[in-house]
Parts: sequence; C-alpha cells; structure tokens
Amino acid sequence: MTDLHQLTAIEALEGLNLGKFSSLELTRACLKQIDALEPGLHTFITRTTEQALSQALAADTTRAAARQDGSPVPPLLGLPLAVKDILALSGVRCTCGSKILEHFMPPYTATSVQRLLDAGVVVLGKTNTDEYAMGSSTENSAYGRTFNPWDILRVPGGSSGGSAAAVAARMTPVALGTDTGGSVRQPASYCGVTGIKPTYGRVSRYGLVAYGSSLDSVGAFGRTAEDVALLFSIMAGHDSLDATSMDVPVPQIHLNGEASLKGLRVGVPREYFISGMQPEVESGVKQAVQQLAALGASVREVHLPHTEYALPVYYLIAPAEASANLARYDGIRFGERKDADAMWEVYYRTRGAGFGAEVKRRIMLGTYALSAGYYDAYYGQAQKVRTLIKRDFEKAFESVDVIATPVAPTTAFRAGEHSNDPLAMYLEDVFTLPCNLAGVPGLAFPVGFDKAGMPVGMQLMGPHFREDILFRAAHAYQKVTDWHKRIPGIAK
Amino acid sequence: MTLTLTEVEHIAELARLKLTPAEKELYRQQLSAILEYAARLQKLDTSGIPPTASVLPPRSVLREDEPRPGLPVEDVLQNASQTENQQFRVPPVLE
Repeated sequence: MTDLHQLTAIEALEGLNLGKFSSLELTRACLKQIDALEPGLHTFITRTTEQALSQALAADTTRAAARQDGSPVPPLLGLPLAVKDILALSGVRCTCGSKILEHFMPPYTATSVQRLLDAGVVVLGKTNTDEYAMGSSTENSAYGRTFNPWDILRVPGGSSGGSAAAVAARMTPVALGTDTGGSVRQPASYCGVTGIKPTYGRVSRYGLVAYGSSLDSVGAFGRTAEDVALLFSIMAGHDSLDATSMDVPVPQIHLNGEASLKGLRVGVPREYFISGMQPEVESGVKQAVQQLAALGASVREVHLPHTEYALPVYYLIAPAEASANLARYDGIRFGERKDADAMWEVYYRTRGAGFGAEVKRRIMLGTYALSAGYYDAYYGQAQKVRTLIKRDFEKAFESVDVIATPVAPTTAFRAGEHSNDPLAMYLEDVFTLPCNLAGVPGLAFPVGFDKAGMPVGMQLMGPHFREDILFRAAHAYQKVTDWHKRIPGIAK
Repeated sequence: MTLTLTEVEHIAELARLKLTPAEKELYRQQLSAILEYAARLQKLDTSGIPPTASVLPPRSVLREDEPRPGLPVEDVLQNASQTENQQFRVPPVLE
C-alpha cells in the first residue's frame, strides 16, 4: 500500500489489527509524506524520526507477540502522532517556539503524552507553535512560520498551527495541541480538520508549559470526530500531578450507532454573527446548523449577552497570568542566559533578548494589569466580567445541549496581514475566547469552503464535562457530509 | 488611554525586560490601543458580582505529606547555563 498516510486513526488501527500492514510501514508512509511536504510547510520544530522508527518496530513486535498468545494490545499500538512543542516529552528538546528554550531538555513527560505513549503511539516529532502559545497564526515562532496546506500564502492559524497543518497535509493522522483562547479550534478551522478543546480540568496540564493557567487545556486534532474522540478518551481523566485536574469519570464515547440527532437541542447565539464577518463563514455555519436539524436536532436561538466583553477580559487575564508564569525564565535554572556582572542585569538582558515581540507585549500588558493602582480597574474588573460570561453559558445550557457558532469571523488570513496590528490579530479569537473563560468544552470541524478554497469551520460548545455530546453531534454530521474528507492539493 | 514613555519604562522594569528605545515606543502605542479597547469593561456594572478565580467547583486537593524522591540532580541541572558543585551558579546578589 502506498497511501497509508491518508488513513484516519481508526482506519489505520483497524488495518494494523487485521495485519494488513505494519506500524513500520504506516510510520514510514507518514515520514515520507513529511519529507515531501515539510520543506514547504514547516510544521515541525523537531523531528524524532529515529525514535519513531524504533517505536514502530517495537509496536510491531508487541503486536506479533500478542497475536501469538491472544492477549489484548494497547488501543493505539503503532499509531503515529505529532506533539505540539509545548508539551514535555522526556529526552526530546521542548522549545515552546521560543529562542530562550532552544536547548531545553525536559526531564519528564507530560501526562497527556505519557497516556498516549502507554496506549502505544509512535511520536513523529514536535510541531511548530507561536512562542509560548501566544498567537493566532503560528507566525510568532522563533523557528519561522508554518504555512497553510490549502494556500501557502495564508497562515494555518495558531497557536497550534504546526499540528493542525500536519494533520491537514496527511503527515500524521492525529496530533496534540493546546488551547488557551482558541489555539486548537481556530487552527483546526483554518486547516479544515477536527479539533477538541476539552473542559478545563478534564485533561491533565502536567508537563504543559504554562501560559494562562486558569485557561490552558490540552486538546487534540484529527481528520474526523471519531479520531479526536479516541485520543481524548485516553488522555482525559484525573491526574494527581495537576491540582486542577478533576476527578470526574470519562464516559465511553460510542460513535458507531445511527447518525440520528433526535432529541438534541442546539442553540445558536445571535452574538456570534457579527457585522464584518465573512459572509461565507456565516452562511456555511448556518447551513451546517440546518444539517444538524435535518439529522433530527431541534434548533433555537440562545443569548450570550456578554460575548463582546470576552476579548478584553481574555486579553487582560491571560497576559496577567502569563506575566507571572513567564517570570521563571530568568536564565538561571534553564534557558539561554545573557551574562552580566549584577544579578538584576542578568534578568533584564536574558529576558529582553530571549523573548519575542508578542511574548514581551503580553508580559508588559499583564504586568500593567496587575500593577499597583491598576489592579482593580483592569485585572479585578476582568475577573468579575468573566463571572458574567460564565453565567451566560450556565443559563444557555439550561435550555440547550450544545451551542453552535462559527470558529472565527473569517477563513485563514494571509501571512503578515496582522503583523503590525496586535489588536486586529486578537480579534481573530473573538469567537473562541468565551469557551476558555467559561471553562466549557469546544469542538471545531469543517463545514464548507469559501470561494478561495479555504475551509470554513463550525464550533460546538457544551456544558462542563460533556465532550461526548459534541463528538456525537460532529460525528453524525460527518457521516452525512464529506467536507472533512477533502484533501489539500499539495497533500494528494 | 495613552501610556507615557515613563509608564512603559516602569512596566518593563517590573517585568525585568530590557527594551530598546524603538521597542518602548512601539509598546507605548500598541499597549495604549489595547488598553483603550479594554476600557469598555469599565462601563459594566459589576457591583455584587464575585470574581472568577476558577471555573471549577471549589474542592480540596490536599494529600498526605509523604516523602518521595524528586528528580535526579543531574536531570535538574542539565538545562542550567552555569553550575558548580551540583548547584546553580549565579552572579552575586549582594555587594
């Protein structure tokens, strides 16, 4: 077989289990696709090819042995995976897209990654990201930008742009991302793939390099809701190494049943259809909602009246948390150090030289929002308005099971378009931020294409810990549509 | 909302960031624009609204204080730019 890299995770695992091909063959097919497209797309910061080949070989040995004695095999045995370069994998450098961590070797592995390794995955490498996940385009990486496989003049979204682009380009069936304000869902939308941001506290953050600790969540990308649900169900669940990890049972997500959505109540908030948004995004999402209705769901309007405040709330709270989290990069215990005679001067120079422009901007913004005299007006007020946003969702979920919205106001924008205007860049996140502020789960998946051939994405949000409803709805949609099966020209 | 250069320098000092004159001026303009946008929050009446410290229900995450091994010292020191006698080496803090 020559097109193993085109398989979804479910298809690949089925083929492996039936002995149709080996993990080594599957992994080599992915590596070959990466070799062919990586020079043009730049989705990886660090590739782990040797390690991937030995993991694949070991997976094949394990499977052969299990076949001999009839024992069960781990659920993801031999499945290739790419990992965003902000999740720690012991023994592989973790740069977070930053120059300051160019040579950082994490001494331990993130829980989310470890659970997937225990389930048998083969790690192809660490993918590109905006520095410390701060960005909406993957242009803020110190290692160069990632290119959108659908149009290399455009950005893949961000900050998990490397993972989203790699999945779209058929370099890997699945990949890990992280989402603090939309960093899984927005690149999933821009690249035409499916991505989950789980409920806050659902997937352990242990080993995820911190950005905004009250917002950060570990998510996953795939080309189908089924694939993403599979990864999610293995990563999710309590971890004593993360104090915010919740001890809530993870339901078995069965997606093989009938595609009917009878009984599902879908809410559409008018606040997410704003003037200035791309008409094809609006019409694409509205058609997708009609498709959900055709599958048996009932659709009604809901209100999330504080939506317009999510952006200023987020861009005070996240930078405030970032300014505290990134205080650790002082050049002493890890990272590049700029030497000086005095201690303070080491800090100033190390941080001034090591951080990129956006990271410094957010540290400055957060420091200001927390500083004496401004704390109550900015950070304090933002935390109160966050409560209002969270209550909007609680109220909406009294009458609906899911909320359907666009993922972003536009399809992927051109590289460089927002480089000199941070506020315009932040506005790309306007529909993804509220989900993080309320801590609810969100799923993005493709529901069409615009005239330029760029994917349009829809976002489904659900109540806390009800990722299963989102997966069920998206899976039903994908059973009767084929947007998610389209392949970018360069990846064919 | 317009920040002065002095305010920008004060924030950079609090954040321990060495900025070039060009960076200071750029951040002065950009942060002013962002804070101007954020000013719309001031118009909302939030009296009686508690701040959200966590989106999760409050609960105890305490555990027994049982000693257990930490990471090996070599692993912890491997990323430091300067070490000496199994410790991090830093410039003098006190004169």
